[in-house]
Amino acid sequence: MPYTAQAPDRRESTEALKARIPGWGVDLDPADRPAFPQERFAPEATGAHWDFPERQAGAETRERSIEHRFVTPVFGTSAPLHGLSGAIRRFAYEKFSEGRAAHWLILIAGDRVDAAGSHLRSLFTLRPDNPISETGIKAEFTHGGFRSRFGRGRADNRHTWMDPILVAGPWVLAGIAAFSIVRRIAKR
Amino acid sequence: MRAMVYRGPYKVRVEEKDIPRIEHPNDAIVRVTHAAICGSDLHLYHGMMPDTRVGTTFGHEFIGVVHEVGPSVQNLKPGDRVMVPFNVYCGSCYFCARGLYSNCHNVNPNATAVGGIYGYSHTCGGYDGGQAEYVRVPFADVGPSIIPDWMEEEDALLMTDALATGYFGAQLGDIVEGDTVAVFGAGPIGLYAAKSAWLMGAGRVIVIDHLDYRLEKARTFAHAETLNFNEYNDIVVEMKKTTDYLGADVAIDAVGAEADGNLLQHITAAKFKMQGGSPVALNWAIDSVRKGGTISVMGAYGPIFSAVKFGDALNKGLTLNMNQCPVKRQWPRLFEHVRNGYLKPNDIVTHRIPLEHIAEGYHIFSAKLDDCIKPIIVTDAS
Repeated sequence: MPYTAQAPDRRESTEALKARIPGWGVDLDPADRPAFPQERFAPEATGAHWDFPERQAGAETRERSIEHRFVTPVFGTSAPLHGLSGAIRRFAYEKFSEGRAAHWLILIAGDRVDAAGSHLRSLFTLRPDNPISETGIKAEFTHGGFRSRFGRGRADNRHTWMDPILVAGPWVLAGIAAFSIVRRIAKR
Repeated sequence: MRAMVYRGPYKVRVEEKDIPRIEHPNDAIVRVTHAAICGSDLHLYHGMMPDTRVGTTFGHEFIGVVHEVGPSVQNLKPGDRVMVPFNVYCGSCYFCARGLYSNCHNVNPNATAVGGIYGYSHTCGGYDGGQAEYVRVPFADVGPSIIPDWMEEEDALLMTDALATGYFGAQLGDIVEGDTVAVFGAGPIGLYAAKSAWLMGAGRVIVIDHLDYRLEKARTFAHAETLNFNEYNDIVVEMKKTTDYLGADVAIDAVGAEADGNLLQHITAAKFKMQGGSPVALNWAIDSVRKGGTISVMGAYGPIFSAVKFGDALNKGLTLNMNQCPVKRQWPRLFEHVRNGYLKPNDIVTHRIPLEHIAEGYHIFSAKLDDCIKPIIVTDAS
């Protein structure tokens, strides 16, 4: 106990642990673990056959953190900046370092604009967003939605009640706003 | 090709995309046979990771067969069965040269605070992930390894992140023989961390969670003692009681940003995304470890600030070790442990979901339905 110098007694002996746990203690030596030492200088071990990698094409238009001197030699091309969300994101990258909360919060705002804009655009395609299939909500009926949640004391159930409000709320508010705008225009 | 595509928070679908192409001489294109959904994919799915763009494909845990290689690739050829670590890294920068593969400086123009990760938003470089039929693998001579003939495919898949990260989490705890190790979170990473703690000589391993089915797995798979924090008024006090009022020697945060937290934490983090995640698990770790103890963090947190109890960590003289796992550095040892039967990675797999049903897969995992611990995505090439 901590009020005296003596450490607590071991609950199980080494022999008992070895008998109970397959592989107990095989990595006992801290100096012989894969992460030790953490900063081993061993460039020959990586498989790289370049001092500095050849540069990927297309860096001219690629956004980057202002904490980088240049666009890194290799980068992802998953979803280039576009539209209003692209302008918001580019502003976050060009104006604020990663040390600024504004950088990340503006990017999050760009994400919301991207999601809403993409949803609106999808309504004009042959495959509009489908809130049933895309949320996987069908699994509630096929994979024990009720059984998994109730009578099991799950901590996250405490906050489940607010999910519909927060998910549906912005759409309801947007609907009310759109309705009031249309009504005002109609009154003129 | 068919690929999972993000449509906005809580919405994903499978759609037709172009097969990725070689964009750099050291790229390979891999035909995916198995992928997985990781707990940290849920941060993207929940809209918590900044710069997650509609149209991107998630998935940083995958294995497959090499389909095409770029002109400078020397170590792989079409037809090779490969496992690909979740880190995208160059192998030659200041950080890679020192074994810090998860901190590579040459692959992520969007940030210097985090390296490159497949399918993990533009904050991590803007790479498409492996929850698809094909994926672009940069630096093919550096990241992937050929899957040994004796290794089962699902075991190889789980080594691309989950097992390696759990093992790494135990390593970051700097465990010495006889240590009492508390693992917060009985998801895949927590289960692997608990199991790995024994290999490093732990004397007690205590796993804390709120889901009984996961705690049952912690007892059977990881041989751990368990505590359901819902059954106690204050889990920190319970941790003190069970350790003779000393506290654990090592506490491992295997939860990360997805902790539920109190109402305020839940709203600011999970709902309004104004924190890098709810830090309740990390704060419990700080409070329940003994003075002078070690905290290991490999649960994923976003880059936005979190209200972490740093003063307690300071006043208790704690050592905080943390990083994303440099996966390939762990592989040689993990190969041995799997071959020797000390670790059986796919024992925790509960769901095998076809790619076409991935929206249900995400919902099952996110809502913790059907006693889900680890879902695997299977493609037509499986």
